[in-house]
Amino acid sequence: MVLSANDKSNVKAVFGKIGGQADAFGAETLERMFAAYPQTKTYFPHFDLGKGSAQVKAHGKKVAAALVEAANNIDDIAGALSKLSDLHAQKLRVDPVNFKLLGQCFLVVVACHNPALLTPEVHASLDKFLCAVGTVLTAKYR
Amino acid sequence: MVHWSAEEKQLIASVWGKVSVEECGAEALARLLIVYPWTQRFFANFGNLSSPTAVIGNPKVQAHGKKVLTSFGEAVKNLDNIKGTYSKLSELHCEKLHVDPENFRLLGDILVIVLASHFGRDFSPACQSAWQKLVGVVAHALARKYH
Repeated sequence: MVLSANDKSNVKAVFGKIGGQADAFGAETLERMFAAYPQTKTYFPHFDLGKGSAQVKAHGKKVAAALVEAANNIDDIAGALSKLSDLHAQKLRVDPVNFKLLGQCFLVVVACHNPALLTPEVHASLDKFLCAVGTVLTAKYR
Repeated sequence: MVHWSAEEKQLIASVWGKVSVEECGAEALARLLIVYPWTQRFFANFGNLSSPTAVIGNPKVQAHGKKVLTSFGEAVKNLDNIKGTYSKLSELHCEKLHVDPENFRLLGDILVIVLASHFGRDFSPACQSAWQKLVGVVAHALARKYH
């Protein structure tokens, strides 16, 4: 699966439009993921996962920053996220299926807050981008 | 049998009550064909699917999307017997249509995104959770009679 020039420009446009909301989007993505897919909470036994949790907010900010970084370096996501990829392979070892769940929730957040932004074409590009990020983060698992 | 809390039932019903089956059905199917183009393999006789614009404007896509979401409504009406509701449809999808059940999961996820885009902030995390559960149960029921 390859990101076309159109995909890249669609993704950059999305993150450009999201701008400063990225942190909040990241937090809401996690909140939705924990609600819709409770099994994802197993990776955060050390977190307070209650509503408004400061830890979830902080972690959402990290997740958003990684997505922004990938979007800003969309020609070389593997390079941009190399350290994160190492971290996921060696330490975090989040099962690969969970990246799709996170991606789904991120798309829902964008759809909720910016429905006009998520045209079918942009939806397709963003979905591909999120898949690509997941692939990079699990690339060194074995 | 799937257990639905009173809250889940209420969240599902309240969203469904405001859904335009024709509009959301068409949009969900169109997005499926655009976002996951390999799903077009089941619709070779639908005519022009060559671009997102073509897919969205395609009358067969619109009609079929409406049909699919109308059928989804049966699940909403029969939350306590979704298995039974889709028994025959499951056989059909296996024996006649030869649809990989993974496609039901893909369509379910797309439907949730379409609902999110229509309901905005009203589509709360709890609401999404109930609907992700519902689309998962429907997908499971449609796959149940496969052999």
